[in-house]
Amino acid sequence: MKYMLMMHAPKEGWTTAGIGTWPQKDIQAHIAFMMDLNRTLKASGEFVDGQGLAGPEEAKSVRARKDGTPDTDGPFAESKEFLAGFWILDVDSTKRAYDIAATISAAPGKGGAPLYMPIEVRQVMSAPPTEQ
Amino acid sequence: MTAANPRSDVEPLLRTLAPEVLGIVVRRFGDFAASEDAVQEALLAAATQWPDEGLPEHPRAWLIHVAARRMTDQLRSDIARREREAFVVRQEWPFRDPAETEGDPAPDDDDTLALFFMCCHPALTPSSAIALTLRAVGGLTTTEIAHAFLVPEATLAQRISRAKQTIKTSCVPFEIPAGAERDARLASVLHVLYLIFNEGYTASSGDALARVELSDEAIRLTRAIRVLLPNDGEVAGLLALMLLTDARRAARSGANGELIPLAQQDRSLWNRDAIAEGVALVSAALSNGSAGAYQLQAAIAALHDEAARAEDTDWPQILALYGVLKRMADNPMVALNHAIATAMVEGPHAGLALLDAIEASGRLEGNHRLDAVRAHLLERAGDRAAAVTCYLAAAGKTASVPEKNYLDAQAARLTEAS
Repeated sequence: MKYMLMMHAPKEGWTTAGIGTWPQKDIQAHIAFMMDLNRTLKASGEFVDGQGLAGPEEAKSVRARKDGTPDTDGPFAESKEFLAGFWILDVDSTKRAYDIAATISAAPGKGGAPLYMPIEVRQVMSAPPTEQ
Repeated sequence: MTAANPRSDVEPLLRTLAPEVLGIVVRRFGDFAASEDAVQEALLAAATQWPDEGLPEHPRAWLIHVAARRMTDQLRSDIARREREAFVVRQEWPFRDPAETEGDPAPDDDDTLALFFMCCHPALTPSSAIALTLRAVGGLTTTEIAHAFLVPEATLAQRISRAKQTIKTSCVPFEIPAGAERDARLASVLHVLYLIFNEGYTASSGDALARVELSDEAIRLTRAIRVLLPNDGEVAGLLALMLLTDARRAARSGANGELIPLAQQDRSLWNRDAIAEGVALVSAALSNGSAGAYQLQAAIAALHDEAARAEDTDWPQILALYGVLKRMADNPMVALNHAIATAMVEGPHAGLALLDAIEASGRLEGNHRLDAVRAHLLERAGDRAAAVTCYLAAAGKTASVPEKNYLDAQAARLTEAS
């Protein structure tokens, strides 16, 4: 079963307390943690995709105008969180998806302290249908 | 060499030969993981060369020759490395190429069966066992399997490599187990084949156009194991169940992959040959004594397939069979199907009462099927508003796109009608 794990980061303090404001060794420890996690997920045969997203500063919301052309809005200063990155994993159980999400949630932050980020776990709709 | 063969002729041949060749190579060299890699390389070489150059005179011997050469090269380089590291005393390499000494060696049925048992070993996770079985027994390439499951090739390769590592560390012997263990291990094999078959339902449901039809592959492998175990009732039962289910393939989804329920399917689209074969298989198996779960499920599928119209379905007989299944295994999905059959025979309220008991047990909590079945029975009982609520609840829980679309459409239909 496939799951999408979405890593949400707090928007508040993104520029004043975000990763760019951490000591260099903490940034390196965080990056090493993520690299190591991806290596583990590839080695376990569970990794389908995983991407980090560019910062929220340039995030835009697009809607179609009446004539179909894009109407661009944002970035939105008022939103509390932003999507920092995601994984799509093919795992044998829901529990396994939760376990991996908990690992990501506790990624090291400033001073090596766990970040306890909220990780949204959603099942990808790839199950076989039941004949009704 | 014979006349040039197109790829479409070569691939089925390679898939048939794959387990035979691997069985022989494992028997000779002992190292399953390395043998499997060597055979896979031989299959890839054949897939590239044979369509252009034509089939060799003895295709099986050709594959064994290439795989064995690969194995000896590998072992020689391993020995050379160890000698450099001064670990190993000098020894004569005893292996002689079978293609040079024996012509075309006959495959050993027990070796092929041992391969099935090894690849479906209960120490493996289901996804690992599925991947390994499709490659080692099915002769599919890593690329093909990765494509069918929509995962990156590197991930699938890693899954296979870990499966082999598990087999090595669990010391799974390359042999057919005896007695009660044999029965339990055969059940694991059949379960893996059933999972592969079921995955095929996803692939054929519209957007996921898989290169390999997993249902076809599962049927082919189940046929292969039936050749090895012609008197096993559950092997026959599983093959019958697959054929009787797959017979409805053309009728079970519409142009956009939308789900068409059994009762509304155009039965003229059902595959009559597959139904006839499935019915014959399950009838013969059932007349041979104790019926297993696959035989009973096949018998139920046969009753559906044999009804000329949905309203001709022999529900009392289906209810009786689900009753037997229910006593045999304490499975909440069987209990759910038993409730549906009860509703068809005794009316929706009798079915709904059984659903309440299943829900109270808590064993299907969060499962969309419980809501979907309840919605259907509530609709039959005339409680449209409650049915809409349950259809929507089921739609919110399912992990299948066609099923969600179907359930949403049912809710919309009832809402518009009221």
